[in-house]
Amino acid sequence: MTRTPWEWTRLIGFYALVVVIVVISIFPFYYAILTSFKSGTAIFEINYLPVDFSVQNYITVMTGRNFIRSVINSVFISGVTVLLALFLAVTASYALSRVRFRGRSLLLITILGVSMFPQIAVLAGLFELIRFLGIYNTPWAMVLSYTIFTLPFTVWVLTTFMRDLPIEIEEAAIIDGATPWNIITKVFMPLLWPALVTTGLLAFIGAWNEFLFALTFTISETQRTVPVAIALLSGASEQEIPWGPIMAASVIVTVPLVILVLIFQRKIVAGLTAGGVKG
Amino acid sequence: MAEIILKNVTKSFGQIEVIKGVDLLIKKGEFMVFVGPSGCGKSTMLRLISGLESITTGEMTFDGEVVNNVIPSKRGVAMVFQSYALYPHMNVYNNMAFGMKLAKSGTGDIKQRVEEAAKLLQIEHLLDRLPKQLSGGQRQRVAIGRAIVRDPRVFLFDEPLSNLDAALRVATRLEIAKLHHDMGDVTMIYVTHDQVEAMTLADRICVLRDGYVEQVGTPSELYEKPDSIFVAGFIGSPKMNFLEGEFADAFDCSTLGIRSEHIDFCDENPVWQGEVVHTEDVGSDNYIFVEIGSKEPLIVRSPGRKGSVYGMKVGLKPQDQHLHRFNREGRPIR
Repeated sequence: MTRTPWEWTRLIGFYALVVVIVVISIFPFYYAILTSFKSGTAIFEINYLPVDFSVQNYITVMTGRNFIRSVINSVFISGVTVLLALFLAVTASYALSRVRFRGRSLLLITILGVSMFPQIAVLAGLFELIRFLGIYNTPWAMVLSYTIFTLPFTVWVLTTFMRDLPIEIEEAAIIDGATPWNIITKVFMPLLWPALVTTGLLAFIGAWNEFLFALTFTISETQRTVPVAIALLSGASEQEIPWGPIMAASVIVTVPLVILVLIFQRKIVAGLTAGGVKG
Repeated sequence: MAEIILKNVTKSFGQIEVIKGVDLLIKKGEFMVFVGPSGCGKSTMLRLISGLESITTGEMTFDGEVVNNVIPSKRGVAMVFQSYALYPHMNVYNNMAFGMKLAKSGTGDIKQRVEEAAKLLQIEHLLDRLPKQLSGGQRQRVAIGRAIVRDPRVFLFDEPLSNLDAALRVATRLEIAKLHHDMGDVTMIYVTHDQVEAMTLADRICVLRDGYVEQVGTPSELYEKPDSIFVAGFIGSPKMNFLEGEFADAFDCSTLGIRSEHIDFCDENPVWQGEVVHTEDVGSDNYIFVEIGSKEPLIVRSPGRKGSVYGMKVGLKPQDQHLHRFNREGRPIR
C-alpha cells in the first residue's frame, strides 16, 4: 500500500500527538519512580534514564513508624466506602429508576445538586456531624464522608443504567416469584456488572486519593490514611524534605490503583459505553 | 386449571380510566383470546389478571378465591412476553429454572421439569446456550418453556408472535395450539391485535374496545352473529362490507353488513350493479372490488382464478341468510 505525502503527514501527526499525550500523562509518574530509586544527593541531579538502583528509600518508608498502618487504613476505608456506596446506590437506583413515587425527579435533581458543593463548603458542618456521632479520629469518619461524596455520582450512573434495562425482564422475574431483593441481586446486578465495576473503581480511587477530610478528621498518626501520611512525612530536620521516601511512598500507593485499573480495564470501557447504545 | 371471574373490574392510571367495568368469565381449561385495536385495554386486562397491575375497583377470583391483592407468583400464573424477556445473563436451563429455584424446589425436581419442558418444545440441545446465541423463534420457545416449567394454573401470552417473521409466526401459532391441546386443563389467555390469530387459536374470543367488552363468544359466533358493527368489522378478513343510506333503507336498517363471500354474481335481477374497479388475487381466491355507488367499493369474493376485467359491469346479489342488519346504535336487528 502506498501513501501520498499528505497521508504520511497525517499519520506522523497523529502518532506525534499520541506520544505527546502519553508523555504528559506518564512522565510525572515515571520521574517519581526514577527518583524513588535514587539515594543521597543523586536526587537533585536531573536524569531521564535510571542511573542507580537503590531500594533504600523503600526500606525507609516501609520501616517508618506508621506507614504500613496508613496503607492498611487506606485499604480498609476505601474498601468499605466502595461496598457501602455500591450497596446504597444499587438499592437507591432501583427505587429511583423503577418505583413510581411522588417527587422522584426532584429527588434525583437534589442528589445531583449535592455533588455540586465543594468539599471545603461542607467541611465545618461535616466536622460537627462527625464529632456529634463520636467517630472523630476513627476510620468511620472517612467512610462516612467519602460515601456522602461518592453517592451522588454512583446513584446517577446506576440509575441511568437501570432505566435502560428492559422492564419486561423485571416483570418476568416478578411473575417467576422474585422479590425486589431477588430482582436486584439475581437479575439486575449481573446485568449491571460493568457499571458496578466502573463506579466502584472510581469510588475507590476517590477515597484512596482524598486528602482534606482525611487530614481534618484524624489526629493520631495511627489513624492516618496514605495521602496524609505521605504529606506529613518528615525528614531528619525541619529544613529537610525527604524527597526520596516521599517518591517511594507515592509509587507504593499508586501501583495498586494502576493494577486495579488494568484488571478492570475492559469492564470499564464496556461500562462507560454500554447504556449509551441500545444493544 | 383455574376458572377466572372478573366482576365489574376497572383500572385507572391516574385520571385516565383504561378498563371501564368488565364482567367476564373465563372457564377452566379454556383458550381465551383478547383482541381489539391498539389502546383498547387488552394488554392491561392481561396485566390485571397476571397481577403485575392491581385492579382499581371490582373483584377478580381464581377458582372462587379473591385474588385482588395476591402477588403474581402466588396466583399461579405464567406469562410469555412479546419481547421474550429472557434473563440475558443466564443460559436457557437457568432461565427456565429460575422460578423454581426461587421457590426453593429440589435440584432433581427442577432438572426433571426443565428437561420435560425442553423436550416438549424441542429445545433440549439449547439448554447450555445464552439467549443472545438463539434465534427469535428459539427465544420464544424458551420463554414458553420458562412458563411451562412453572406449572401454572393460568398461562398468559402477551402478543407472543408479533416479533417473529410471517412464516415462523404461523408455525409457532400451530405449536401454541398444540401446546394447549397437550396441556389440556390449563387455562390460557392470549392477547393479540391480529384477528386471524384470534380466530385460529381461540376457544372463545373477547373483543375489547375502549375499555369495554364488546362481545365474548366462539370464533364462529363472532363471525356469524356479531353483536355490533364494531365486532362485525373487526372480525374477518377482508373486512365486512358496510352499506348505508338508500342501500340500507332497502333492507329496513341503518347499516347493512355483508361479507365478501356472501355475495353472488348474478346477471338476472341483480340487487346491486356496478363496475369492477380493482381486483386482488391471493391465489386461492380472487377479491373483486365493485363500485356500486356506496361509500367504499363492495368487496366480493370470487373463488378460483376466474379473472375479472377492469371496468366490466357486473350484477350482484347478497345471500339473504347472511345479511347483517344494524340499527342506528350499531346493534344488530334480528
